[in-house]
Parts: sequence; structure tokens; C-alpha cells
Amino acid sequence: MSAPETAMRRVTAINNGTVLDHIPAGKALLVLKMLGLDGEMATPVSLVMNVPSGKMGGKDIVKVEDRELTQSELDRLALIAPHASVAIIRAYNVAEKRVVNLGEEVVNVISCCFNNCASLGAREPLDHRLKVATHEPLSLRCHYCGRTQDMEALVDNLL
Amino acid sequence: MTSLITMDDLSNDEINEVLEAAEKLLPVARGEKYLPLLQGKILGNLFFEPSTRTRMSFETAMKRLGGDVVNLGAVASSSVIKGETLYDTIRMVDGYTDIIALRHPRQGAAQYAADSAEVPIANGGDGAGHHPTQTMLDLFTIKQAHGGLERLNIVLAGDLRYGRTVHSLAHALHRFNCDLVFVSPEGLRMPADIVSDLEALGAKITETDDLFGSINNADVLYMTRIQKERFPDEEEYRKVSGSFKLQASDLNEAKENMIVMHPLPRVDEITPDVDKTRHARYFEQAFNGVVTRMALLCKLLDVEIPEGEL
Repeated sequence: MSAPETAMRRVTAINNGTVLDHIPAGKALLVLKMLGLDGEMATPVSLVMNVPSGKMGGKDIVKVEDRELTQSELDRLALIAPHASVAIIRAYNVAEKRVVNLGEEVVNVISCCFNNCASLGAREPLDHRLKVATHEPLSLRCHYCGRTQDMEALVDNLL
Repeated sequence: MTSLITMDDLSNDEINEVLEAAEKLLPVARGEKYLPLLQGKILGNLFFEPSTRTRMSFETAMKRLGGDVVNLGAVASSSVIKGETLYDTIRMVDGYTDIIALRHPRQGAAQYAADSAEVPIANGGDGAGHHPTQTMLDLFTIKQAHGGLERLNIVLAGDLRYGRTVHSLAHALHRFNCDLVFVSPEGLRMPADIVSDLEALGAKITETDDLFGSINNADVLYMTRIQKERFPDEEEYRKVSGSFKLQASDLNEAKENMIVMHPLPRVDEITPDVDKTRHARYFEQAFNGVVTRMALLCKLLDVEIPEGEL
């Protein structure tokens, strides 16, 4: 059995749901938080962390049962795991493969990390907009104040 | 251009075009000629923070061109104190006016306002962010003194961390291939993201805390105020402000045509004896705020300045 197969089988195969693979090692918990899967939920979630990966050296895997994550949910993943691969599982088979996609702007996902930004004013109604300044490495800038975002603190500013 | 939020909203050609228009409008700014190009137009002056020069020069600029001005007045007597959002305030003033000049303590407020309004927004300073109309009058002052903006040696000194005027100015000067020297106390250095942005664009930057060693090569010495409240104690402030105090004798070896600029108000950083030297330009610089804003108001309102002599 190859290393990737071993990694995948550390957790039981799921019947229906979503498998997120090739998450950078150690980032699975952040991914759960980013996707809002870290609180109380009816859906079983399994994760494997720091498993060997030929391509990445080490990686994390998340399996979400009985729930097909939407494309907009998956796009949030790009903020932490831009190279993650996503499989939608139906009846134990890969029914669909999806790619995470980070566009040119991240809208209403995260608020600006700079606490004096105009977009953080009480009850201000406009969208929270972070522009992708560079893709590799990923860096974001607030559309309004222009500040470069602290990428380590992104999940702290999840909306 | 619909609004002027940062200097990125103006190309170099547009900067030159506005500066040339400003030059042409000088007799109007001085009150020697009357040119009611903006008759029937109303400027909304929304200053959520104290301002003397920016607010008054916007108002003067509008009136010299025959336009009118409505003011937000003191924030304490406006609906802002009742908790009105910036969005609502802007939407309301948008209906009353043809253009809005905005100063606000929050960074990004000008962009936020531009996204909320139909009328053009002129950013008059947003937190520690941008102050492009100040940059334009600074460029006008430099061009007046040196005949152009290209390849000058510019020393920006003082509080470079919080001083929004120098942030916008540094970006603009780099676009004209100027060498930039940033002189500041350790705790008030130019923000790292601005330095790295400029360096990534190929800017030649020197950072130092030695003001007096930077003067003799300078074509422009741009001083800013070091504010007491930025320091943990009085003693630390005195130590630092002492090494950023410019006196006339410090300019003995300066280049003949070097100019000293300051966005004002000054406190101790330029002693009054500098005012009498050929280098002092800060009062002309303050006057230039009127003529430059006249040219910018015309551009933002899409009003042509007549060809030929006025």
C-alpha cells in the first residue's frame, strides 16, 4: 500500500460527504474553524494530521460526513489550504472532484485585522472586502484601509 | 477619475496636468482675477477631525471659483454623536452636494465614503492612511522650486510612522524617480509595509536617524511634527525632539536651492529663524493648498479650465 493510501485509510471511508485532502500539515483545525465546522454539529467530522505525503512532505486530511460542502464554503479553504483537493463522496465513491478557488477578492468572510479600519465602524453596512495582493505566498489587503492582513490571525477575524 | 482617495487614483500625466492647471489658476487663488468656473456647485466639507488648513483651503478654493460650501460643523453638534454611521452621513450629504471633502479618524474612511456616495470624494486625510490633496500641494511646491519633480533627493524627517502626509508623498515622489531619505527616531520610522512596497517598486530608500547629516545633499527637506503623545514619557520625548529641531545655522551648508517644507502646524521642529532663510517654503506651501485644490475640484467635477490666458 502506498503512503498516500495509508494516510487516507487511517480514518474509515465515508459513505456520503466531503473529503478535504492535501491540507498543509498542522492546519486541519484552522480549516475546521474557517469552515464553521468546529462548533456543535450533527455531522461527524474526522481528521488526520501530520501524515506523510509524497508531494507535500506532510499533510492533514479532513472528512466531513453526510454533508457536501458548497463551493463558497470551499473557497474559504483557499485562504489556508490553496492547494487542497476536494472530493464529494456519494455511496463510498468519488462522485465529484472540486477545486478550491481564491478569486481576486474575499468578500464578507473575514473582517480587516486593523482595528482602526473604517469598515469596522459600528453598524457600517458595506461589505467587508479583502483583496488578494499576491497568490504565492498568499497576502491580502483591505479594500478600504489598504492594510496588509496578518495571515496568522485570519481566523480570529472570521465573520 | 471619480474620486481622489489615494495618489494611485492619478497617473503621472494627470498629476502634471493638475499641477499645470494650478499654475494657471494662481491669479484666481490670489484674488487678482475672478473665474466662476464652479458657480452653482456645492462642496460638502465633512471634517470629523480638527483641521485648519485643509478645511479652509478647500472652502477658499471653492469660493474663489464661484462655488459654495456647506460644512458638517463640529461632530459634537451633528448626528454623528447620535450614532449615525459614516455610510448614512455620506448618503445624506451626497444628496445635498456636488462633491465631498472628507477627513476622518478611521483609516479607509475615504474609500468607504466613495463606495457609499454618487458624488466624488476628495480624501482630506483618513486616519494614518492617505492625504492625497496635501501630496498634490507638496508636489506643486516642489515643482515651483525645482522646475520639475524628476530625480530629486528628498529627505522626509520626523514622525514618519503616524504622519499620513509623508506616506502619500513618498509613494508619489518615487513615481518621479526621486531618491528618498527617511529620517526619524527609531519608534517613529516609516511603516515597514510602505518601505517594502516602495522597495518592491524599485525605490531607492535610505533610512537613518541622523537629520543633520542628511541636509547637505537634499533638494527638499520635508519636516513633520513629532507629537508628544507618541512617547511613553516626557524625558524620552525631549531627547528625541531635540535631535529633530531645525535651526537656520543647520542650513549653512545646504544646497543653494534646497527648500524646507512642513505641512504645518509646527511646534518646535523648525525654529522661527529658519523662516527668514531662502530655504523656507512652508507658508507658500500652505497657500499652495488653495490653488492645488482649485485645480483638483475642477478635475473631480469634470470642469474644463479655459485654454489660453485667463
